[in-house]
Amino acid sequence: MNKKRSRLLLKGVVWLLGLAPAGWLFWRGVTDRLGANPIEEILHRLGDTALIFLLVTLSITPIRRLTGWTSLASLRRPIGLFAFFYLTTHFLWYSIVDQTLDWDFIVEDVVMRPYILVGVTAWLLLIPLAITSTKGWIRRLRKNWQRLHRLVYVSTSLGVLHFYWQVKADTYWPIVATTVLVVLMLLRLRWRKGSSHVSSGGEVAPAGQGSSSD
Amino acid sequence: MLIRKPNDIPSSEITPERVYINRREFIGKSAGIALGGAAGSALIGGGIGGARAGGPRHLSAQTPGGQRDWSTVRSERDEVLTPYEDVTSYNNFYEFGTQKEDPARNAHTLEPRPWTIEVGGLCANPGVYDLEDFIRPGTMEDRVYRMRCVEAWSMVIPWYGFALKDVIDRADPLGSARYVEFKTLHDPVQMPGQRSRVLAWPYVEGLRLDEARHPLTILATGVYGRDLPNQNGAPIRLVVPWKYGFKGIKSIVSMTFMEQEPYNTWKRSASFEYGFYANVNPEVNHPRWSQARERRLGELRRRETLLFNGYVDQVAGLYAGMDLRVYY
Repeated sequence: MNKKRSRLLLKGVVWLLGLAPAGWLFWRGVTDRLGANPIEEILHRLGDTALIFLLVTLSITPIRRLTGWTSLASLRRPIGLFAFFYLTTHFLWYSIVDQTLDWDFIVEDVVMRPYILVGVTAWLLLIPLAITSTKGWIRRLRKNWQRLHRLVYVSTSLGVLHFYWQVKADTYWPIVATTVLVVLMLLRLRWRKGSSHVSSGGEVAPAGQGSSSD
Repeated sequence: MLIRKPNDIPSSEITPERVYINRREFIGKSAGIALGGAAGSALIGGGIGGARAGGPRHLSAQTPGGQRDWSTVRSERDEVLTPYEDVTSYNNFYEFGTQKEDPARNAHTLEPRPWTIEVGGLCANPGVYDLEDFIRPGTMEDRVYRMRCVEAWSMVIPWYGFALKDVIDRADPLGSARYVEFKTLHDPVQMPGQRSRVLAWPYVEGLRLDEARHPLTILATGVYGRDLPNQNGAPIRLVVPWKYGFKGIKSIVSMTFMEQEPYNTWKRSASFEYGFYANVNPEVNHPRWSQARERRLGELRRRETLLFNGYVDQVAGLYAGMDLRVYY
């Protein structure tokens, strides 16, 4: 009841925050505030947003453990799916608008430019995770679901590398992203070591509101 | 240090704006006359000075009648100009921040007047000039050039300036001089981006002397018939249209003739990616991205990048026998 309501409220906030970057970009586009190179601006902002959402997804478990706020776990699925949504849009924007579907160049880019290869791989790895994010798949895959969804660590790391690799000289934001990622991974490593004999589990518990009762 | 800070200069030495504008008006007019006769040959690379009546180019001195209709101006390849708003709001000028919109936002702290330029090194006639004296030998004109950034975007810009050769001749370099090196102002108060160590300051660029003397190489003091906005490198900058944009050093305070190759800033930052020559070349990719195509701002589909940015007929001779993959 009360718990249910706060959970609903939390979900509403997540949806609002999830759609806000797209809305903001759309608003800037409509009002001609995207600057002199709007194609690149949108491409970069979609990429930033995807990476931020991926890092937020990875920070939920640590925050939950540090604060004891258990209902946060239910936010991983929607936030993760928003990350996938922005990453997909980022890739579609790159191939359709930025490269105008010139496949020769896209293939050359993916094969010859390591940072693009890394970025595309990060996106491809997230596709099975998005597909299996439903309750049905969680039930069907059981233990394997957790294993599969550990790919999010790989995907996020590749995303950070992709971000780092294209900067010309100013590495400030890539360093921030790397630091956040490293801290989140170190926390997991510590907890994993600490809990290996206690076997508290739950670290990679499935997302979704019903996870605890499933 | 020969370059004085603005507050060291007694106010009696600062040229009043009115006098300065009149001087420019005079320069502009005489340039117009000079070009009236020499139009054509002087206008390689889409110069349009001859088409202009030769009125004043200074914003505050512009009269409605003397203003050019830029909408009809085209490059020699019939390209439309990139709008003034884009040319002045999308800039790489790390002295004011590393994002494209940073310079337009932050460059108001730069004081382009009074401005001093030191000419030195291996030359018979070194000296320290204020801006107006420095540009005096120059024949001012409008020049429409493509500007291709190493990041694979491009613009078409109507600069206002003069051939670098004009001031090189006055300096009279010695026979031993093979290169000329330029430096940007180094003053973290005026250029807050210099408080960060993202690049080694001051910004340094250079050219081989034959490149520097090439008629396409200009020093620009204006764009779209107006004085350069601070974010575009006020009060004076280099424009070398067949090279990547980073060769076009901004807010220049020194010009030095040397025997050895100048160690330019981006080469120092990442010599594997940025060389001394930096000629636009679709065949020589940046290690991380392709240089085969470029986005012309305002266009959807990418364009094919042209060898030497489309100035191959004029400049290819400078690099005869050189392996452009080695000297990138």
